[in-house]
Amino acid sequence: MLKINNLHASVEDKAILRGINLEVKPGEVHAIMGPNGSGKSTLASVIAGKEEYEVTEGEILLENVNIDEMAPEERAHKGIFLSFQYPVEIPGVSVTNFMKTAINETRKANGLPDMPANEMLKLIREKSEMLEIDRKFLSRSLNEGFSGGEKKRNEIFQMAMLEPKLAILDETDSGLDIDALRIVANGVNKLKSKDNAVIVITHYQRLLDHIVPDFVHVLFEGRIVKSGGKELAHELEEKGYDWIKEEVNA
Amino acid sequence: MELKEKLIASFMAFENLVDIDLPVHDVRSEAIKQFESQGFPSKRDEAWKYTSLNSILKHDYSVFPKRENHIDYNEIKKYFIHDIDTYKIVFIDGKYSSHLSETTHDGIDVCLMSSALTKPKYRLIIENYFNKVATKDSLSSLNTAFSQEGAYIHIPKNKLVAKPIQIVHFSTGNEAALLMQPRNLIVVDENSHVQIIERHQSLTDNPVLTNSVTEIFANKRAIVDYYKIQNDNENASLIDSTFVNQKQESFASVHTFSFGGKLTRNNLNFYQNGERIDSTMKGITIIGNKQHVDHNTLVHHIEPNCESHQDYKGIYGDSSTGVFNGKVLVDKEAQKTNAFQANNNILLSDKASINTKPQLEIFADDVKCSHGCTIGQLDETAMFYMRSRGIPEKEAKALLMFAFSNNVMSSVKIPEIKQRITKIIANKLGVHIGFDL
Repeated sequence: MLKINNLHASVEDKAILRGINLEVKPGEVHAIMGPNGSGKSTLASVIAGKEEYEVTEGEILLENVNIDEMAPEERAHKGIFLSFQYPVEIPGVSVTNFMKTAINETRKANGLPDMPANEMLKLIREKSEMLEIDRKFLSRSLNEGFSGGEKKRNEIFQMAMLEPKLAILDETDSGLDIDALRIVANGVNKLKSKDNAVIVITHYQRLLDHIVPDFVHVLFEGRIVKSGGKELAHELEEKGYDWIKEEVNA
Repeated sequence: MELKEKLIASFMAFENLVDIDLPVHDVRSEAIKQFESQGFPSKRDEAWKYTSLNSILKHDYSVFPKRENHIDYNEIKKYFIHDIDTYKIVFIDGKYSSHLSETTHDGIDVCLMSSALTKPKYRLIIENYFNKVATKDSLSSLNTAFSQEGAYIHIPKNKLVAKPIQIVHFSTGNEAALLMQPRNLIVVDENSHVQIIERHQSLTDNPVLTNSVTEIFANKRAIVDYYKIQNDNENASLIDSTFVNQKQESFASVHTFSFGGKLTRNNLNFYQNGERIDSTMKGITIIGNKQHVDHNTLVHHIEPNCESHQDYKGIYGDSSTGVFNGKVLVDKEAQKTNAFQANNNILLSDKASINTKPQLEIFADDVKCSHGCTIGQLDETAMFYMRSRGIPEKEAKALLMFAFSNNVMSSVKIPEIKQRITKIIANKLGVHIGFDL
C-alpha cells in the first residue's frame, strides 16, 4: 500500500528526514516511536503533503503511484488520512458541515455525486455513536473550545467518516484520559480491515496496548534505526531510548 | 469646469425645480454655503489621509438625470432579498420607481423623502429630525444642499414592523457619468422595531458616484437593525454617511458588507443620548483588484451605562486597499461605559494594504474600553488541516474566510440576509458552499 524509499525531507534547508525506508501492507498496523525531535511528526506531515516540507531525495508511493507532487487534498482523495497532534480550531464551521464538505469533495474528486442527505445523517449517527460522541457536539464549531480529549475523539470520528486506506495517527494518545483512550482505540480497531492500514505515531506504549501493532519502528535523527514486533515497544517502555541512541552512536 | 463649481452652479438650477418657500430650503441654502467654503475633502484632511477622492471626482457627472427609466423586475430581482416579504423603496437613477416599490402608510410611513419634505402632514417630523444629527462636513453638506429624494421611514411608537424594508438604488448607465445624492430619514419611536436593508447597484460600467446621507433616530427602547450590502461593480463609488442618534435603552445596529465598488467610504456615527443604550457596528470587507474600502466610525458615549460593540473584519486581495479609522469618544459624564472595538484583517497578497487606526478618547474614569487590531495572513496550519481532509485549496480558503467573518455574520438577525451574504462571498471566491453558515 505505502512504500517509502530513501526519503529525505527538510524544512527551511534544515534536513529532518535522512533516508527513511518503510513499507506498509494492507491489513497492517505499524507503530513509529522515538524520542522528541526525531522526525516522527515530520514524517506524518510529509506523507500527508504539508507544503512547507521539501522532499529532497527519495520517494513515497501509494499503491505504486508516486505521490510526491500531489497536493494534500489529492492525497486525501486517494485515501490518506492524518490525525493531527494538534487539531486546528475552525470557528464558524460546524463539525457536521465540515464533514459534509470533506466527504462530498472527496466523492467529487473520485467521480461520485454528493452523498444524499439522509445517507449522510445515517453515517454521522452511526460513527458518532461508535465514538460515544454527543449529537450536540456535532453542531459546534470545529474544535473550538473542545478539550484535548474531545479534539482527538473528533479526529477519529473524522477518520471513521472518511474511511481512509491509510490512517496516520500522530500522537493521538496525548491529552487523553484512560476512558477516552479506550474509546479512541476501540474506534480505530473497529475501522481496521484487511484492506486498510494504520501508522501509529507515539511516545508511549500505552496506546499500543489497545491498538496492537504488527511492527514497531524506532525513529532517531531522521532515520529508522530499529524495527521489530510489538515486544520492541515494551522494551522501549522499560528501558527508554538511551540504549537505542548508544547503539546508533556505537 | 471642476466638479465643485459645477455643483455650486447646479444648485441655482436646483432651486428652480423645488419649492424654495419651504423651511427646509433654508437648510439647503445654508448647506451649499458650507460645501462652498469647505470644498471636497483632500488627503490633507486627517479624516481623509488614506482615501483620495481625486480619481472619482474627475468625471463630468450629470447631476440631474434627464429622464425616467424603466427596468423590468425580472432583470434586477437578484439584487433584492426576494425570498421574504418586504417593503421596498426603489430608485432608478435617483428617481423613485413606483412600479418596483412597495410603500405603506398603514400605521407606519414607509415612503419618499420628496413627499415628506413637501407635505404638511410630515412637517413636524421634518422640523424635529431632518438634518438634526447629520454633521456639517463638506460631503454631508453637499448632500443636504441637494436633498430631495430618498427614503422616509417613520415608525410610531409600539410597532413591531414584521416586514423588513429594502431601500435599493439602481443606476442604468443612461448618463455617461451620474452623481446621485439620496437622503434618507428614519425615525423609530418608543418601543418600536424595524429592520432595513440598503443596497446601491449600478447596471452598467458607466461611472457612478453616490453621495448618500442617512439619518436614523432610535427613540426610547426602539430597536433598529440596518444592513448595508455593498457589492457594486468596479466603476461605481459610494460615499455613505450614516448618523444614528439614540435615546435611552434603545438598540441600534449597522452591519456593512463591502464586497464591491471602486471606492467605498463608510462614515458611520453613533451618538448615545441617553442611558443603557447599545450600539453595534459590524462589517465584513472582502475586496480585490484595485478596490478601496474605508470605514470611518465614531461612537460618542455621552451618558452613563451604555455599550458599544464594533467588529470589522477585512480580507484584501490583489492591490486592494482598506482603511479602518474607529473613534470611541467617552465623555466625562459617561461612567460605566463598555466600549469594545476590534478590527481584524487578512492580506492575501503582497500588494494589498490596510491602514487601521483606533482612536480612543476617554474622559470618564470608570469605564471598560478595549480595542484590538490585527493584520495577518491566512493560517497555513488551518489550510493544511482542511486540505488533509480532502477539501481543495480554494474551498479551504473560502471556509477559513467564512470562519474569519463569523463573528460578524452571527449577529445578522435575518436568515435570508445571511444566506445572501454567504452566496455573494462564495461567488466572489468562486466556490460552492454546500451548507448555510
